[in-house]
Formats: sequence, C-alpha cells, structure tokens
Amino acid sequence: MGSASQGASGSVRAGTARLTAGWHLAGRAATLREHVERYGPLPRGIGRGRHGLVEQVAAAGLTGRGGAGFPTGTKMHAVASRRGPTVVVANGMESEPASEKDQALLARAPHLVLDGVGLAADAVGAAEAHLCLARTREWLIEGVLAAVAERHRAGLDRIQVMVHELPHHYVSSEETSLVHWLNGGEAKPTNAPRPFERGVRRRPTLIDNVETLAHVALIARYGASWFRQAGLAGASGTMLTTVSGAVAQPGVYEIEAGTRVGDVLAMAGANANSDAVLIGGYFGTWHDISAVEALPFAITGLRPAGGSPGAGVLYVLPPGACGLAEAARILRYLAGQGAQQCGPCIFGLPAIADDMAQLAAGRPEGDPLDRMHRRFAQISGRGACRHPDGAVRMARSAVAAFAADARAHGRRLPCLAGHRGNQRTAVLPVPRPWAEGDWR
Amino acid sequence: MLAASSGPSPLWYATRATGVVALVLLTLTVAFGVAGTARYSSASLPRVVRSGLHRNISLLAVAFVAVHVVTTVLDPYAAIGLTSAAIPFTSPYRPFWLSLGTIAFDLLLAVVLTSLLRSRLSYRIWHGVHWLGYACWPVALWHGLGTGTDSKLSWLLLLDALCVLAVAAAVAVRLTLARPGPRAVGLAATGMFMLATVVFVIIGPLQPGWSRRAGTPAAPASAAALRAKPDGSAIGVSRGTVRPPVRGQEARHGLS
Amino acid sequence: MTMKLEVDPIACTGHGLCADLLPELIQLDEWGYPMLPGSVPPGLMSHARRAVSACPALALRLARTSADHAPAGRGRR
Repeated sequence: MGSASQGASGSVRAGTARLTAGWHLAGRAATLREHVERYGPLPRGIGRGRHGLVEQVAAAGLTGRGGAGFPTGTKMHAVASRRGPTVVVANGMESEPASEKDQALLARAPHLVLDGVGLAADAVGAAEAHLCLARTREWLIEGVLAAVAERHRAGLDRIQVMVHELPHHYVSSEETSLVHWLNGGEAKPTNAPRPFERGVRRRPTLIDNVETLAHVALIARYGASWFRQAGLAGASGTMLTTVSGAVAQPGVYEIEAGTRVGDVLAMAGANANSDAVLIGGYFGTWHDISAVEALPFAITGLRPAGGSPGAGVLYVLPPGACGLAEAARILRYLAGQGAQQCGPCIFGLPAIADDMAQLAAGRPEGDPLDRMHRRFAQISGRGACRHPDGAVRMARSAVAAFAADARAHGRRLPCLAGHRGNQRTAVLPVPRPWAEGDWR
Repeated sequence: MLAASSGPSPLWYATRATGVVALVLLTLTVAFGVAGTARYSSASLPRVVRSGLHRNISLLAVAFVAVHVVTTVLDPYAAIGLTSAAIPFTSPYRPFWLSLGTIAFDLLLAVVLTSLLRSRLSYRIWHGVHWLGYACWPVALWHGLGTGTDSKLSWLLLLDALCVLAVAAAVAVRLTLARPGPRAVGLAATGMFMLATVVFVIIGPLQPGWSRRAGTPAAPASAAALRAKPDGSAIGVSRGTVRPPVRGQEARHGLS
Repeated sequence: MTMKLEVDPIACTGHGLCADLLPELIQLDEWGYPMLPGSVPPGLMSHARRAVSACPALALRLARTSADHAPAGRGRR
C-alpha cells in the first residue's frame, strides 16, 4: 500500500512515536486487536457528561492539526455548549498536494482516528458522525471502510461513522465546503455561518482534522499531562509532518511540536546545498533555510519569520531549481483550483499567475513585479474563503525569498540556478486537476 | 345594457390605446433589462440610470396594463369579465388570444411583485420568476396581434415591428457575450420567433376572416340588429348586449 | 455607532452600480469588483443606503462595525 500521490514516497519513519507507534512494523493498517494491544481499550465514561473530555483536551493544549491551529478544546466546548443534537465531522480530505500525513495516518492507524471521532461525539453530544475522504483515493477509502466494519462487528461505537467520498478539489477540504456538501450542495466554500454555530443539517458541527482526533483518542486514554510531556518551546504534544523535496528520506514524520525546523530537516536528511524551503504547503511561505532553521516548527515559533507550519508541510527546494519557477507552477495550479465563486479570485489569481510565469520565464512584459504587488492587495481578503489569501501569501513570499532571482529575471537575465548551469525544470508535484467542473 | 352610441364606447378605445402603450413600455423594459444583463453602460447611460429606467418603466407598464385591464373589464362591448383578467381561457371573446394577455399580465405581476419584495425573498426565487418574465413580452405581443382590433393598421404593424426589432437587437447584443453554444441557441430562437411572428401576422390578422377565426363570438340568435358581414365575421355580443355594426373599413377586424 | 459596507463576494458579480452611486467610498478593482472602505461617514449614509438597494445582485449590505467578526479556526483539512 503506497501513497497514490506524487512527491513523498509515502514511507513512514518513527520519530516521537505516539500516533506512529508500530507503523514501520505493520506496513499496513493495524487491526482492531493490534490497536487495542498497542494503546489499550477505548476509554468509556470519560466523554460522558459534556465537558469531561473537553476539559482534558483544553488542558492538554491540543491545537488543530489541519492548518489553522485553532485550540481544539475551545472548539469542542463551543459545540458542546450548544443546545440540541450536534454533529462531528472528521476531515480526512488532505487536498494539499505536498501533504501526506492524513493519508498515512488513516492508512496505518484508522482506529486511532475512529476512536477520536467516537470520543468527540460523546463529548459534544453528537447524534451523527461523518468522515470525509477524497474520492480519488479509493485504496484509502477501502481501508477505512474495513476498519469501520471491524468496529461495527465488535459493537464498539455508540454511533456508526458514515464515510463519505467527496470531490478532490483544493478548496473542497475547507470546513464550509464539507458542510455544504454534506447538506447536499457542492464541495465549495460558502459564506454560511461558521459550522460550530450551524453546520450539517443546521446543527452545531465540530469539524476536526483526522490527526487532531487521533490525538484526542490518546489524550482520553493517557490524560492532558501526558500529552504535554512532549512538545518544545511552548507547543504541546506531537505532530505529523510531511517532508519532501531535496531530502534523502522524504516521508511523514512524527515530531514533537516546536522542534526546530533545522532538526526536522536533518531528520529527513535534507540536502546541505539547498537554500530554500516552502513551509506550510502550497499556500504556505518560502523561506531561506538559514533564516528559519533555528525557529520552532510551530505557529508561534514561525510567526516572526512570517510563516506557519500549516498542516505540517515542509518542502525543500533542490539546489538546482529556480524558486520562482516552482512558485509560478504552484500559483498556476492554485489559480485553477478556486471554486469560481468570487470575482477577485476568479480573475486575480490567473492574473498574478501570468505575472509570475512571465517573471519566472525571464520574459517580463512591462513590470510584472510591480503589477503583482498591486494585485496582491486587490486579491487578498476579498473572497468568501481563504484560498486567494493563501495563494497571495505564497506568491508574496516567493518574490521576497527569491528577490535576487526576481531582479535578474526582471532584467531578462538568468537566475542563480541558471547561472549554476544546472537548472532543472519543474520539480514540485502539481497534480493534474481532477474531473474539472465536478463539485458534487 | 344597450349601447347608446353608434360606435364602440370610449372604454374600447382606451383599452386599445393603453394596450399599445403598454406594449411599447414593455418593450423598453425588456430592452433595458437585457442591456443590464449585458452590463451595458456608457457615459450617456450610466449603469444606475439604465437600471433605474428598467425599474421605473416596468412600473409605468404595470400602470398602463392595469388601466388596459380595467377598461376592458368595464367595457360591455366584448363582455370580458373580471375573472378573465386573471384566469386564462375564461373569456368569451377570442378566448385564446385574450388568454395570452391574461398570462402576460399574470407574469408581469409576478415579476413586479417579487422584485418589489426582493430583499425579503431568496435570490433564487426572485431570479427564477424574473426569468419567467422573459416570456411576458412575446406573449403580450402575440396577444396584441391576435386580439387587437387594430392589428392590420399599417402604423401599428410598423410599431409592432419596431418593438420586435428593439428586443431582438438587445438580445443579439447580449448574445455576443455568450459562449458559442448558448449563443447559437439564442440567436436561433430569436430568429425563429421573429419569423414565426411575421408568418403569424401574414396568415392570421392580415387575412380576411381573422376576427371570426380568432374567436370573436357570434351574436346570440335572439339579438336584434345583427347582420353577418360579407366576410363572415360576426358582431361580438354576449349576455344580451347589442351593438350595431361599426361603420368603417371592411378590413378592420374585431367588432365590426 | 458607525456602519460599514460589506459585500457578499459570492453574490457580487461586478455590476458596478455601487461605485457609480458612491464614488467617494467605493472603487472598482481592475476586474470591476468593488473595494470597500472601513466605515461610512454619517454624511454619506443616505448614498450608502441607495447603493445597497441599487445592487442588482443584492450583494451589498450595511452592517454595524463591531469587534466580534474574528474568524474562528477555518482549518484547511
């Protein structure tokens, strides 16, 4: 069972092995029996009565592992404190091309995730639970369905988790997209009320990344102080990270939250000649490795550098590659992945993609840098979701991180990579758009 | 109620006149509306002016249609009752062609009411009803051609032609912005409608005997002072009202 | 209590009537979509209301400026 996406090999290494305990041994999904042997049985009664588990999670300082890093306890409390039946949705979409952690987690330890879903459902008084996966990953869906069936036979869960297969667009993993699709609409973001207020079937809905829920499953067993035993520089617990690019051992790593960026890169065997790293995914930010290697790989840690771990994604730019060319390809991809609902995104993203492409090709018409800067302000924050914001953030950081190259390209001169004579063409995996136009 | 004069009552003239004006206003409404979908604007026609004209002319059209309906209902000449104003196929006078008017009126009311209450309705409902409103204008046009006493008049035919051309032109401009598939469909539909209208006018209202074919009711046998005209058309009466034949050109249909 | 103009970016299709009616506050970006100011000065409120009712897509609205619009965690995954 390998990863279906390009890029990282899909192999999994053991770091601080909590979620990943035993992955390298199994090479396949842990069975229910193996899961119980490894972690102990599903705790009962802790979630009963709202606030038991919620308080534990809050005390543990667990933050969302889907990219936004919102405190999970706060989110659970917001849903649990509302009247009436609630809903839990596990987000396993992972539409970020440079991220593979959720797929790896679901493929190797689905019962951790499903434990977390059930425990969260108890804690917030949910009457229904859903797990959303990308439709294109049939191999993954099969495995998850098998795990759900196993639990059903064992009579393990109070409510049966419903597994859904959603369209695999970049913006379809957004919370409001999931809610919209589950309510019968397209997997596009909406400006509906936030899901914790009104989500699936108009009920307060808790939406958490699958990794977050896996951590919840362990916090329920071992407690908040156990969770905090891992973690550096103020961050708590462990996190899964996908490291790819010019590294000797690309893959998914479990690290202590707050580990220094340099240490994570070293774990994966990053190429010593690489200068630049993309942090946070395709809508993350480019940085000089030297500027970030001492910083903790956490939201607060990276903030001074203007970055964020996102869903734990690190991509190391190979020494021979031109960062602007890679950024241009990502931007072109993001421009095509919008939901086509808001004018500034529909028109603005392709416009800056063109500008960046001109710059990257060294064939500028007019002053693409100047145009881009003007357009960044016109695009960011003016859509219904954060997709254009993320694209602008990535583009802006590319222009800043590769400023010297940008100046050279702007004068139709080759960049540093070109000078070295070993410029490689496209490196970053940019998925072919899947079933364009199909959002339902 | 016996007619005191020897000709149609002023109400009948009012009906016809307001009908023609209503058609012109509807034409302008549609033209400005379609220009809106084409996002047409210029220095002499800013967007808000264009949009304001669309709205205000439509309200004026409603007013004229309302007068048109009221004078029709009040006028005893064709004995078109109030129910026929709202419910199709209940009129004794040229039921089909009159019903087109009823339908157009109903559509217009639906569009205007949903538009006035826009902020309280969902966008989809408003938009859906507004789209149905596209049917209002051609239905009203054919209503006028089929029902109208004056349809053969050359100046009125010219006016009708101008109305058709105005709407066709607006639609054509809008279609230049459409994708090739829908554009072809739209142009074909527009062309076919224009052709159908021309054909209809030629084989319908312009032909002698149209009044009878259109369903102008025959006089009850008990009514006096009735005479079948040489062309076969009859005097339209019902409910016992009597009206002497109108002197005038034979070519004029309707009640003559 | 100050009011601000907000636009529903999904409903807005760039008709541009708002910019016609309130050029002091609303400019259109290069693709025809409105860029809105932070708040509406009291003197322009009637014009702002007119702009709101003129929008063919009903995408524009007036809202109170308040501090409770911070977005909750909108995680990507």
